[in-house]
Formats: sequence, structure tokens, C-alpha cells
Amino acid sequence: MANKNQDVIDQKLQDLNNDGIDRRGFLKCMAWAGTGLVWTMSGGIPVSHAFARGMGKHAGKSADFSFVQISDSHMGFNKPANPDVAATLKAAVDKINGLATPPEFLLHTGDISHLSRADEFDNVDQILRSARAKDVFFVPGEHDVLDDNGKSYLERYGKNASPSGWYSFDHKGVHFIGLVNVLNLKAGGLGSLGGEQLEWMEKDVKHLKHSTPIVVFAHIPLWAAYPQWGWGTEDSAQALSYVKRFGSVTVLNGHIHQTMQKVEGRVTFHSAMSTAFPQPQPGKADSPGPMKVPAEQLRSVLGITDVNYVRGRHSLAVVDSTLA
Amino acid sequence: MRRQIKWRGRLATIQMVAMFLLLAGSQSLGASDQASTGQPTGQATGQPAGKAEVKIDNFSFGPETLTVSVGTTVIWTNRDDIPHTVVSTEGVFKSKVRDTDETFSYTFSKAGTYPYYCSVHPKMTGKIVVQ
Repeated sequence: MANKNQDVIDQKLQDLNNDGIDRRGFLKCMAWAGTGLVWTMSGGIPVSHAFARGMGKHAGKSADFSFVQISDSHMGFNKPANPDVAATLKAAVDKINGLATPPEFLLHTGDISHLSRADEFDNVDQILRSARAKDVFFVPGEHDVLDDNGKSYLERYGKNASPSGWYSFDHKGVHFIGLVNVLNLKAGGLGSLGGEQLEWMEKDVKHLKHSTPIVVFAHIPLWAAYPQWGWGTEDSAQALSYVKRFGSVTVLNGHIHQTMQKVEGRVTFHSAMSTAFPQPQPGKADSPGPMKVPAEQLRSVLGITDVNYVRGRHSLAVVDSTLA
Repeated sequence: MRRQIKWRGRLATIQMVAMFLLLAGSQSLGASDQASTGQPTGQATGQPAGKAEVKIDNFSFGPETLTVSVGTTVIWTNRDDIPHTVVSTEGVFKSKVRDTDETFSYTFSKAGTYPYYCSVHPKMTGKIVVQ
């Protein structure tokens, strides 16, 4: 396990190096850990988990508010990688209800359902009703918009959104932007935001002060997590150019069923674990399909992401914890 | 708690996109989606006349390029744990979402090259060459 940790850390350093951030830059990022940003390298690794427990309580006490990100519940999936995704989603809700600081709302970053079926959405809605946080903000994953180009998803979740599903809202001084990058995908391409959504986003943030903390959330990563497997968004650079000027930008995504983090300037990217099944690390398998782990290990690779905001702090504290 | 939802739509653009999708969808004549009962169609005992197979495994179409004669029915079978689609890049055919072991077939009545992809995982691409 220790070797695995080291591998992941090495890989991170490599990633950072590839992106032109030098080691000093990396250490600077690490220094932020002391002011609230917790670095978690990979889902289910005990070090991260131990951090999560300690920091969760500590960060919770001084946080202005917190919210929880859940992702990729894939309701309806019943293959060997997890024959009971309803049970693990319930376990995620129990985990959320047990947090020292109750989150004020939940974000679900997509793949709510496995096959976009009404009964799958119904099941998720029913399970989430037992969460103490009553408000849930959704963005769609590609599994939620199969066959009907998102029509049934939008009827259910898009009431307060634009006709194509994107929206923004403000909560206690933080500006949240929910983006849709799973529609109208082109052959050979990656996730896509599209011109209309980009235009909207540019206008949406134009009036905001530089000091406004920004949280952007979408299903597919808004950075090149692993384009070979489609883990990226073609026009994300354009979207990010609109928020570069802000002091604190946190970008949350799902889709890749594992935690992964990256910092570019003042923008922190973070991907969450799934509540349903894990996927392999980039390039570590023939395909990004569901990864089967021994049944007793499953909950150690599934989880939730608790995000704490403290006014005046540079970054939001992002804390992953597994369902184990 | 103050929360303000903001959006600005472009209704005309959306209507045009919807119209395009409707047109694209209506061209899938000669195609059929079949939810099989778990039995994969056609084992690898040679290609029966007029039929050819593409297997979806590990997020890829195999073979990636398949050459058939005019009149051949191509049958795609999804053997992944994840649903996929088979969608012509030029709007010639379009399957519904195909879950594990489900099939889609299309009969090619005209010679030509037909590129296609999975609209759920667009990195997955393939080509049918009809001679």
C-alpha cells in the first residue's frame, strides 16, 4: 500500500511537471494544505482517509458552510463490479448524515442513472430524500441523457436551469456554476460545452468581483485528465479563461470514478469518487470500464467529497472520504 | 440563504438543433435495435451470407474497419458492462442505447464508406466500407 501511495504521488509530480509547474510550485501548493486545502491523491488510500477524518472535524468547526459532492451513482447498474448500487448510495447518504458539520446542500455531478430510465432517477431521488441536506443540485452525466438528448433529465432536474440544463446560483458569497458537457458530443471528440453555454458563462461571471470564490461543477473533467479515454472537455480552456481572474476557483467533476487533483494557477481541479463502482487509473487497464475489486474492498474505493468554505481563505478545503 | 438562478436561453437555436436531431433520427430506416435475451447473436462460425458482425469490447469497435458487400446486414453486439450506441457520423443510421449483450443491426444497400461512433463515448469510432 505504501508503494502504491508513492506511485500515486510520483504520478502526481509527473503530471504537475508535464504541465509546466515546477517542484517549487508544487511545494507551494502543498503549503496550502496548512491553510485548509487537503490533498488527496487517490480514492481509498488510507493516508487520505486519515487526513479526511482529522481535517473534516477541524475544518468543519471553522467553516462558514460546507457542501458535499456526490457523483456517479449509476442507479440501475447491476454488473459484478457492484450488484447493489442502491445500497452503496444509501451508505453515502449515511456518511453525509454523520458528518460533524452538516452540509447545507449536495451537488451531484452526474451519471445519476445508468440508462436514463425514469425508475432509476426515481430511486436516486428517493434515497437522497433521506439526506439531511434537502437541496440537491444536479448536472447530467452522459448516462443521464441517453437516447432523448437529455429531455427526461431536463424535465426532472432542469426546472431552474437554462433550457439546456446549465445554471448558476449564489450561496453565502460563493458563486456556483453548473455546466453541461455531455450533450452533442462529436465523433472522436471529448466532452463539450458548446458556444451557447460558453457565451452564457462569460456573461454570468462578468459582473462578479475578483474576490468572489467560484465553484464550477460538471460531469466530465474540465481538464485533460486522460484524453485517451475521453477524460477531458474540448472547449474547457475557453470556459476557464472566464474565471482565471478570480482569487479562488474550485472545479469539481465526476465521470472518472476516482479522486484526482490538479492545480493551475488559482484554479484547483478535483474529481470525486463514484458511489457505485471504481474505474481504473488512467492507462492502467484496457478500457475505462467498471473495475471489479474484491467485495470486501468495494466501499474503500467509493466515497463522497466534503467541501468546506471559510471566508477569507485562499481555497476551499476539499476532503474525500470513502464509504468504508 | 439567498440564491439566484440565472440563465439566458437562445430558443431559436435550440429549436434548430431539435429539428436537426429529429431529421437525423428519422433516417434510421433499415435499422433495428434488439434487446437480446442474453444469447449473443451469431457465433464466430464464419460469416453467414449477407451478415457481418462488429463486437463492442473494452470501449472499442472490432474490427474498427469492416468491409462488406452491398446488401449486407451488419450486427453490432455490445459485450461491455457499460452501454454504448452505434451512430453514423453522417446521420445514416443511429441505434438506441445498447446495454450489455444487446444488438443493433443495419442493412447497407448502397456502396460507400460509413464512419460511425458511440455517441456516449465519442472516442469510440469505427467504419463500414460497403463495396
